Amino acid sequence: MNILELTIKKASEDLRNKKYTSFDLCAECVKNIDEKNKELNAILEVFPDWKEQALRADDMLKNRNDNPLCGIPIVIKDNILFLGHKASAGSKILENYVATYSATVIQKLIEVGAVILARANMDEFAMGSSTENSAFGVVKNPFDISRVPGGSSGGSAVSVASGMCLGALGTDTGGSIRQPASFCGVVGFKSSYGFTSRYGAIAMGNSLDQIGPIAKTAEDAQIIQNCIGGFDSSDATSFSNFEKIKKSEIKKIGVPWNEIRKDGIDKQVLENFEEGIQKLEKKGFEIIPIEMPKMVYSLAVYYILMPAEVSTNLSRFDGVRYGMRLEGENLFDVYTKTRAEGFGSETRRRVILGTYVLSHGYFDAYYRKALLVRDAIGEEFNNIFKKVDAVATPTSPVPAFKIGEKSSDPVSMYLSDIFTVPANIAGLPAISVFCGKNDEGLPLGFHLTAKFGQDDSVFDFAKKFEKEN
Amino acid sequence: MNKKDIESLANLARIRLTEEEKEKYAKDIEAVLAYVDKIKEVAVEDKNSDIGAVFNVFRDDTPREINTEEVEKIKNQFPEREGDFLKAKSIL
Repeated sequence: MNILELTIKKASEDLRNKKYTSFDLCAECVKNIDEKNKELNAILEVFPDWKEQALRADDMLKNRNDNPLCGIPIVIKDNILFLGHKASAGSKILENYVATYSATVIQKLIEVGAVILARANMDEFAMGSSTENSAFGVVKNPFDISRVPGGSSGGSAVSVASGMCLGALGTDTGGSIRQPASFCGVVGFKSSYGFTSRYGAIAMGNSLDQIGPIAKTAEDAQIIQNCIGGFDSSDATSFSNFEKIKKSEIKKIGVPWNEIRKDGIDKQVLENFEEGIQKLEKKGFEIIPIEMPKMVYSLAVYYILMPAEVSTNLSRFDGVRYGMRLEGENLFDVYTKTRAEGFGSETRRRVILGTYVLSHGYFDAYYRKALLVRDAIGEEFNNIFKKVDAVATPTSPVPAFKIGEKSSDPVSMYLSDIFTVPANIAGLPAISVFCGKNDEGLPLGFHLTAKFGQDDSVFDFAKKFEKEN
Repeated sequence: MNKKDIESLANLARIRLTEEEKEKYAKDIEAVLAYVDKIKEVAVEDKNSDIGAVFNVFRDDTPREINTEEVEKIKNQFPEREGDFLKAKSIL
């Protein structure tokens, strides 16, 4: 059995045709982890109870469980809680933290018999675009180990791309599922805000975060999304008004050429995207050039709102109730020492930046203004969606970059998310699909953002797009 | 943004920084602020910001049964524990 060539769809059929058991399938993935992880560093831990989980799934299969995820090995990002299992969010401050409850998405996966095989390395607290910021070491891109896998869900994307599992969960705050998916040649999806429960995901930017799938094909990603999505009363931002949403097929695709053809874009990324657009045209999609002058401000808005939310969210890690604690002379000393030792450099930088934009005298100029621009960007999308059904861009303006290349220049690192951030700012569903490789053999991604609630249509589009390639 | 600004922010954020870090962060944050300052170019109407698709979600404030096993799991995560209590430094 070759995991690299196996989809969830196919494995699910094979399991029912008794070609192999879930136990065999999971064991093969664990074998691949053993062989490849030393080099790639994608997996932090294979969960000690994977065998029991697989045997339970085999029992469920014998009893004719008909969910396509039954018996399928899934890797989860290290910031998603799984009761009784470690969840460290890639941080030293939570290195030995054991989850005291399971995230809703995990409960749903277990209910259908999926095997939660392992936890994946990630940028600390999901802060990063390269998975170089993990307290547990840099993750490598399987297509070229001198390059980053993207981030922050780099470990999840690599685990799918290198045959360590059949599907993975990531979290996406500004592109953290879609950008690594594109760098690793797999599919990554972020749902409309509120469509996937955040209960049990270690929060980074609550108004932006969504849990979502990474898989080899759009169909596989949809199988996972169908399981994990839906209303959850444990998440106060969960969306429930599904009857109000009318599915509409994506036919007209807007392309903001002015925003794409800018200095920062890699020549081959642009050519690859143009080819992708031509293929869609041949397939009968209507391609409409659009102008979205406000969309480009998304990244600036993001780097105000996100650190603000980060600084408040991470205040809970203070060495008092759980996680790391360093002793000090007084309580203040315990706080400052623990947070200095426990948080990595990028995390501390963002907490301080967030503290700044929320502080008296700067709040109006930064935080409040960013909220207003966020609304304006949402409005621009709404107006554009009167003319087109979706907006297409490359997933990232650059292919996977070299390890260390951007770590000394935060702004240039942040710019690799320029096309993925708008979907988080406006709360829209978006996907990255594989769109071929550049001359160096590095995968490139095609990115599509659609109207709020058109999550299923995004998958329909992605499946058609894959047929084109 | 200078070293002193970073010091006072780090103090507010309860993070101890080394001298070297203070200088580095002043430079880094300066660069990020130079980038995000772009939002000043956008003309927007000053109004109450719109909220997302879901808002004002309330639930009844009723106590929930929680079993001792669950409670024990939470207590096991305390950095320091004395019996059923979480041990921490005094505030004053």
